Amino acid sequence: MRRTFVILALLTLGLLSYALYEGLVAAPTEQTMGEVQRIFYYHVPSAVTAFTLFLINFAASIIYLARRSPRADALAVSTAEVGVVFCTVVLVTGPLWARPVWGIWWTWDARLTSTLLLWLIYISYLILRRYSTSGQTPVIAAVLAVFGFLDVPFVYMANRLFRTQHPQPVYFGGPGSGADPRMTFALLMNMAAFFAFAALVVWLRFRLERARQDFEETQALEALLQPDARSPR
Amino acid sequence: MKFLYAAYAATWVIHITYLAFLSRRYRRLRDEMQDLRKK
Repeated sequence: MRRTFVILALLTLGLLSYALYEGLVAAPTEQTMGEVQRIFYYHVPSAVTAFTLFLINFAASIIYLARRSPRADALAVSTAEVGVVFCTVVLVTGPLWARPVWGIWWTWDARLTSTLLLWLIYISYLILRRYSTSGQTPVIAAVLAVFGFLDVPFVYMANRLFRTQHPQPVYFGGPGSGADPRMTFALLMNMAAFFAFAALVVWLRFRLERARQDFEETQALEALLQPDARSPR
Repeated sequence: MKFLYAAYAATWVIHITYLAFLSRRYRRLRDEMQDLRKK
């Protein structure tokens, strides 16, 4: 297991390095925005990765609600946490692109606001999981995750349904959308690299959660076996 | 160019900070498990 992880980690590192080269060097410079457009190669793959992780969280939460499977619960919390990390990257790289291009760091348009809301929903999910002491916490969190996920399609559609400051879709945006094939290649490389990296981090987080679940179970059993834990006659 | 480098650097600072946080939680859980075994 450890050897497989090391091999996969090295492959991911290689892929991330190559994707970095593609994004910073190999992809052509965009004509109107210049070099700052290259933020796109980190911003978009981070957003797609975050959405994918929230989708897995949604599916795992439904499975947990249906079967009360601890593995599904561990997968749900792992994907939510790593998804929040990627969503944070989106919310940091976006303003760093907006400032030189729009002249402002932030605007309350539908795309940006719904993305911030998405981040807040999953932050509240993690806070609930971290600080609630109720035995029903995983159930409440799963319900929150199922409803919270409804914001993901809204974020995706926001710049299609509303007039936004955020750019219109580069891909799948109807006639006239699309980019130079070398730019598309750099984007796809970064997307593959970010997916591989996210999968590794989720794996680590999942194993940690499973170990924590085992530990809590052992602790509960220990408490039951303690002589002073027996009820007085 | 400074915004481009800031965005790329910020991305990795966020990821590395999270990995460090994860590693700390691993260590803490391992210590707690060892304490439980000693009891």
